[in-house]
Amino acid sequence: MNVTIRVWRQKNTEAEGHFEDYEAKDLNPNMSFLEMLDVVNENLTLDGKDPIAFAHDCREGICGTCSCMINGKPHGPESGVATCQTYMRSFNDGDVIVVEPFRAKAFPIIKDLVCDRASFDKIMQSGGFISIRTGSAPDANAIPVGKEVADLAMDAAACIGCGACVAACKNSSAMLFVSAKAGQLNLLPQGQPEKDARVLNMVATMDEAGFGNCTNQYECSAACPKAISEEFIAKLNRDYLTASVKSVFKPKPTTMV
Amino acid sequence: MNIFQVLFQTSIGKKAVMAVTGLIMVGFIIGHLVGNLQLFAPPEKINAYAHFLEGLGPGLWAIRAFLLLTLVLHVWMAIKLTLENKAARPQDYVSQQTLRATYASRTMRLSGFIVLAFLIYHLLHFTVRVEGFGTYPHTTLIDGTPVRDVHTMMVVGFQNIWISLFYIISVGLLSWHLNHGLVSMFQTVGFRSRTWSSFLTKASVLFSILYFLANAAIPGSVLAGVVKIQNPEVAGYVCPAKCAVCEAKNAKT
Repeated sequence: MNVTIRVWRQKNTEAEGHFEDYEAKDLNPNMSFLEMLDVVNENLTLDGKDPIAFAHDCREGICGTCSCMINGKPHGPESGVATCQTYMRSFNDGDVIVVEPFRAKAFPIIKDLVCDRASFDKIMQSGGFISIRTGSAPDANAIPVGKEVADLAMDAAACIGCGACVAACKNSSAMLFVSAKAGQLNLLPQGQPEKDARVLNMVATMDEAGFGNCTNQYECSAACPKAISEEFIAKLNRDYLTASVKSVFKPKPTTMV
Repeated sequence: MNIFQVLFQTSIGKKAVMAVTGLIMVGFIIGHLVGNLQLFAPPEKINAYAHFLEGLGPGLWAIRAFLLLTLVLHVWMAIKLTLENKAARPQDYVSQQTLRATYASRTMRLSGFIVLAFLIYHLLHFTVRVEGFGTYPHTTLIDGTPVRDVHTMMVVGFQNIWISLFYIISVGLLSWHLNHGLVSMFQTVGFRSRTWSSFLTKASVLFSILYFLANAAIPGSVLAGVVKIQNPEVAGYVCPAKCAVCEAKNAKT
């Protein structure tokens, strides 16, 4: 099959970007979208031109590195898969496919289709963890976790941090990402001691990074390659408001002068 | 952080303000609708009700001030959140699909601002009673208390097709606004989950439709001639076939 790809080319963060058309010929329909880009890049390199920069790593849908807005939808036309597992058979012969980078103030474009998602790392550093004593491994099942709670936490833990939620949101809000990461830990007993601090800090870091605000339209959930439910956003809202009220009234320890 | 910083400076706090102020206003419009439906009762009913509300004096002003504060907060937060949302994507996509956002959710700003414009007009017409906006007659209750004839004021107002149309379109947009707003409130304060989100969505659609129909029935029935002017001193009053007033007058002469 043959397709034309209309790709966003941008030299660096400061440069003005523009679209360029490339022909991708004699493709196997079972190639992944990224393999198609590899073919185009191969030809560009042979012609002595600058290949298209795109982010990728594991190519099996679990690392969250690949991105791309394909025909106006993050990760392409299929649902529940990342760009690396989107195959050319999802397109028609002769299609013109528009490929853009994820766009958000908090995700500045580094080059072409690659954007900097370090603001997600900052959010994780501010609360996406539990503090435990390292050492020998604890006994398995020493802390009982209900099956339903474990399943729900697993749903949230499926987040690969790709940023499709931000890319799909009309407001570039990171609520689905933050809610999945905070929700996963807040559901489990190991996450309880830092629950309040976690949501307060993660939301503060999210606000600071310049993400927009959630308007409850759930485009994030529809675009998520792991189909994470917007109900985690409701949980984050609940946990955050509870933590805020508690932090206003809770007694502070005495400071000795 | 103190509570004001949480409510007015954090993303979730600002949205909580939207949700709570929205809920208060929904409570108000339900009460307002029930009050207005008294138009279908004899004029005595709604006139006495309006007289009772005016009689609350400082209480009425306290309620008005509270509702105004609620409205101001709702609009202020909406503007603030919208500006932040615009700033969060300085360069827009060339093509972007809408995946599942409802049409109502994508037109909240438009419906909100038209309803706000209507609200200002509505207050000038029926609350401030600006001369020239409408007819503001007086009447007396059965016990002889002189009161404003709210019944006639409303009927005369809605006999104007343009006022009625503006009213119907505005309550239509308000219902449209609520269609997304009601479910959204629950999500924002964290009371929406997949267990009952489908019920919640259906319930808010049903509420919006009922709210619209009940409101539209008021100007609709005036235009259809079901509700007529019942104050003999107001132009446009038509004597009913059996009129005790006329019979009494005729008997005297």
